[in-house]
Amino acid sequence: MIAKYRDLIVSLACRLMVPFMFLFGFYVTMFGHYGPGGGFQGGTIMASGVILLRLSLGRQATIKKFPLELGHIVGVIGLLIYSATGLISILAGGEYLNYAYLPIPGMSGAERQHLGILFVEIGVALGVFGVLLSIFDSLTKEG
Amino acid sequence: MKWLALFIVCLFVAFLFYVEVDMPAYGDPQAPANLHVSPYYIQRSLQDTETPNIVTAILADYRAYDTLGETIVIFTAGLACILLLWRSKRDDSKVQRPHC
Repeated sequence: MIAKYRDLIVSLACRLMVPFMFLFGFYVTMFGHYGPGGGFQGGTIMASGVILLRLSLGRQATIKKFPLELGHIVGVIGLLIYSATGLISILAGGEYLNYAYLPIPGMSGAERQHLGILFVEIGVALGVFGVLLSIFDSLTKEG
Repeated sequence: MKWLALFIVCLFVAFLFYVEVDMPAYGDPQAPANLHVSPYYIQRSLQDTETPNIVTAILADYRAYDTLGETIVIFTAGLACILLLWRSKRDDSKVQRPHC
């Protein structure tokens, strides 16, 4: 069991940093189209935010907002988003993961590809976030 | 046996040094590795996917299948961790542990 870190400065600094870490992770995920970044990096940054909270505030204080099963559920959802994007393009008549066939009205093929990359990146980010969080939780779980 | 292994390693190192002379220069645009699909990606990725970052376009569009595999690998690693380390209290009470 991770106990609360008994230092006001450390716990307050961690609490202040975590929202910005989440925001930066989200930004890195979304900015993958235009610069360095993408789902893997963004998911890792977001997971490190939750892990920092768990380390500094202790498990009891963080378990309400981020329950222990959160990692499993979010990881599975991320992988499902990725594969569902591929399956939808099959059902719409294309190849697996050929985003040009995504059934979104009023968009050209290239714009659909752009959007498909975004869906996939979000799926990867959620998957990596969930997996890292559940690895940390299972390593530090007690009893 | 040890000397035989050393001899084979030395032979292989000499062979690699001999072959290395014929390698193309680093970043040579005429190298075979840079002539096959790289020009296509550089010319067409913006037009095909409207994504200025070529790396992302290759990773998540042209090679999306590989990225799906990578994600599944990470997911499987996490799944193995959970299966090995995650035990509920109810399950533990049923298992009779040896006293040691």
